[in-house]
Amino acid sequence: MVERDLLLDSTLDSVEIAEDAVLHDAQEIGFAEEDLHQIGMAVRETMVNAVVHGNRYNARKKVHLSVLKAPDRLTVVIADEGEGFDLNALPNPLAEENLLRQSGRGLLLIQAFVDEFQVRRGQPGGTEVRMVKYLAKAS
Amino acid sequence: MSVKLTIRQVGDVTVIDATGRITLGEGASTFRDAIRDLATKGDKKLLVNLSDVSYIDSSGIGEMVSGFTTVTNHGGQLKLLGLSKRVKDLLQITKLYTVFEVFEDEAAAIRSFT
Repeated sequence: MVERDLLLDSTLDSVEIAEDAVLHDAQEIGFAEEDLHQIGMAVRETMVNAVVHGNRYNARKKVHLSVLKAPDRLTVVIADEGEGFDLNALPNPLAEENLLRQSGRGLLLIQAFVDEFQVRRGQPGGTEVRMVKYLAKAS
Repeated sequence: MSVKLTIRQVGDVTVIDATGRITLGEGASTFRDAIRDLATKGDKKLLVNLSDVSYIDSSGIGEMVSGFTTVTNHGGQLKLLGLSKRVKDLLQITKLYTVFEVFEDEAAAIRSFT
């Protein structure tokens, strides 16, 4: 396992930095172009959630990005220092009454684009998202 | 590169040719402002051409939905043209293919407006 750890500011620039860094690692593992797109999008959406909804652009709060490279998989962990949220309390973006809502689709896309997805309360607080994409399962 | 929008008129249909990325920040806000301006100005038949859009994130999708609602509330119609496979996949995942009318061919899209 090879690990990359980054401590990022709560800015939209960090979204680009994280996406570029993870895609660099994913390319080294050998993911195909479409999988790279999906990985990049999952990282982008998770970073936006961390910066915008978690840390609320607070300059004193950071976003922690960890990338673990294995021959057959890429693991990405993104943690913010926000208040945390209840995954089950979020409106279902696929419900008829929510289809025309402007926001709320990020987690849906993340889950569609990675093979494993977990959200948990971070230590000491905030939200930690762990995503895994397998090379073997890549289409 | 953020999104670049070029607006042209085909009969009474306003075609918005988008190029680049519609993502959180400048891209999404440029798209939002353009659609709101057109709707407020009274344009009622809007066709958004996404043929040259390389990337849309959930914020960009949100702005497309918001634009759809804005135009509809002004008594108009907003339709989509030239979706890449990736954008089509996004509409499938989010079930928004049930909301938007989507066309491959511009002439057919223009004719579809009532």
